[in-house]
Amino acid sequence: MISLENISISYNKGQIKAVDGVSLEIQKGELFGLIGPDGAGKTSIFRILTTLLLPDEGIATVDGWDVIKDFENIRKEVGYMPGKFSLYQDLSIEENLNFFATVFNTSVEENMDLIKEIYDQIAPFKTRRAGKLSGGMKQKLALCCALIHRPSVLFLDEPTTGVDTVSRKEFWEMLKRLKSQGITIMVSTPYMDEATLCERIALIQDGKIMTVNSPDKIIEEFPYPLFAIKSDHMIQLLTDLRENPSIKSCNSFGENHHIIFKNFDEDSTYQLLEKLKSKGHQGLVISKITPTIEDCFIALMDQNHG
Amino acid sequence: MRQFFTFVSKEFRHVFRDRKTMLMLFGLPIAQILLFGFALTNEIKDSKIAILDLAKDPASRAIIEKIASSDQFEIASSLQSQAGIEETFKKGSSNLVLVFPVNFNEDLLGQNSVQIQVIADASDPNEANTLTNYINFIVASYQREELVTEAIPLQIITEIRMLYNPELKGATNFVPGVMALVLMLVCTLMTSVSIVREKENGTMEILLVSPMNPFLVIVSKAIPYFILSLVNLTVILLLSIFLLDMPFNGSYFLFYFESSLLIIAALSLGLLISTSTNSQQAAMLISLMGMLVPTMLLTGFMFPLENMPVPLQLISDIIPSRWYYIIAKSIMIKGLGFAAIWKETLILFSMTVFFLTISFKKFNIRLQ
Repeated sequence: MISLENISISYNKGQIKAVDGVSLEIQKGELFGLIGPDGAGKTSIFRILTTLLLPDEGIATVDGWDVIKDFENIRKEVGYMPGKFSLYQDLSIEENLNFFATVFNTSVEENMDLIKEIYDQIAPFKTRRAGKLSGGMKQKLALCCALIHRPSVLFLDEPTTGVDTVSRKEFWEMLKRLKSQGITIMVSTPYMDEATLCERIALIQDGKIMTVNSPDKIIEEFPYPLFAIKSDHMIQLLTDLRENPSIKSCNSFGENHHIIFKNFDEDSTYQLLEKLKSKGHQGLVISKITPTIEDCFIALMDQNHG
Repeated sequence: MRQFFTFVSKEFRHVFRDRKTMLMLFGLPIAQILLFGFALTNEIKDSKIAILDLAKDPASRAIIEKIASSDQFEIASSLQSQAGIEETFKKGSSNLVLVFPVNFNEDLLGQNSVQIQVIADASDPNEANTLTNYINFIVASYQREELVTEAIPLQIITEIRMLYNPELKGATNFVPGVMALVLMLVCTLMTSVSIVREKENGTMEILLVSPMNPFLVIVSKAIPYFILSLVNLTVILLLSIFLLDMPFNGSYFLFYFESSLLIIAALSLGLLISTSTNSQQAAMLISLMGMLVPTMLLTGFMFPLENMPVPLQLISDIIPSRWYYIIAKSIMIKGLGFAAIWKETLILFSMTVFFLTISFKKFNIRLQ
């Protein structure tokens, strides 16, 4: 459905390489996530696929259409929601929706069944101007507008950035329902916790794809035993752990530090705890945990950097 | 077609819902017309004059009467002695003092020659010159009316006729100028800002990734500003005809046709600016700096182009409003037809086509 082959793009006359040899293959009806921090190249990939930017190298197709040659066909076919909130702030919900329906040569009534579920949530405010809506409502309206012409592919660039947790959860449930209608969805997010909501994800950093797989597989393939550790003095603990020669990596995750041992054996945790106790740490708790996508991301990043 | 109309009505909504845009669109032209019409005028009206009449005879009184009844002067005070002259200038209570010598009437009739002293405040040399000319004019006309048969057997009278603008009204000069200025500014600024706003909001991305032809997007964005500019033009025209007694001697059809040419040229300039910038502030700045200053200075309605150094005159040639100014003046004031202005029209038309072509060429159907 969507395919990228060795796509590269750079800005400022080649000084900044935003996307560096990316190849991806996304199946029809898939909910695919592009996961990576700000500046990783997510938006550039979306803009290449939506024919807004020309790649320097490589071939990309959407639904069989080439992004360079057949841009007009792609523009008729896809739904796109850019990262910046992109509706007319001075028009009401209704006016925005009608406007985009007309631009896409259709009418709101014709495709109401597709957006009804989402639209019903914002319908009570339909005369309110888009600029006066909350972040969550804006996002729902933007999604309605992107869906109004029943696209076969939906590109959502960071749709949940700047949206509260409840609205984010609702948003992902909506995406799942849309997927069940057969729409191929490509979504990007900087939030690692949202990665598990996709069927397959690509982890991207510095314009390069680090891995592509289902979230479960990526977690399964995590090569090391992972431990969470905490004590009464977390900051001191982080320093001590990083100085400890038996520790390969240590990162702070909320209440815990996640650690990987260099050469793990049954004795490793016991020895570590003894050593930390001798340094005066109290209330030490260590437990083996399943890695999160973020752990995988950091591990892959460390691997790539050497 | 439905796309086009929806787009145009959306664009009108943007304009009508934004108070700043409305103010810019209609407040600016009206304010300019009123300012130029009433405040910033170089016509002299009711200038204060003081008179030291040492003669107090029929001739001096007749001249004073004439001065008092003219539009240009208002008699502020009658002085009693030479000492008062200095004082009245220092206080600024008058700009001009007229002194009639003793025995004015007698000398005039007896010796065939007599002197009146005109003392002007030349801290503003232009004004002083104009005022003394007025006085000369009034005195000369008195002389013609009263004395021509008796005293001077032969004389040459220069008869001056001010064609097209017999009363030397400032309005006839600046109204076409203000029209050129407003059309250039409003069209360029509005178009560039409204397109760049879509870029800034990211709505341009959605519009590009839609089945709508990018050129149709541009045309639909330009049409509302074209219509609004014509409305604007009409407002200025009505204001100047009814409020400033501006004459309109030519064909309205021709006038609107020529104005449309300028509007399209300005719209395409706005489009050109919008393709090379990504922020509304930058677009506004470029439009203002790029349009306001050259249009004000090099159109010819504030400062005569003939007196400028050659390089500036050459630059003025590439400013569309300069040609429009000539055209508008010819139509409105002289009432000339197309035959008289075809050359300027051709230049304006070529400029319009030129700008339109480049701006369409430069308009990007992608983001970069």
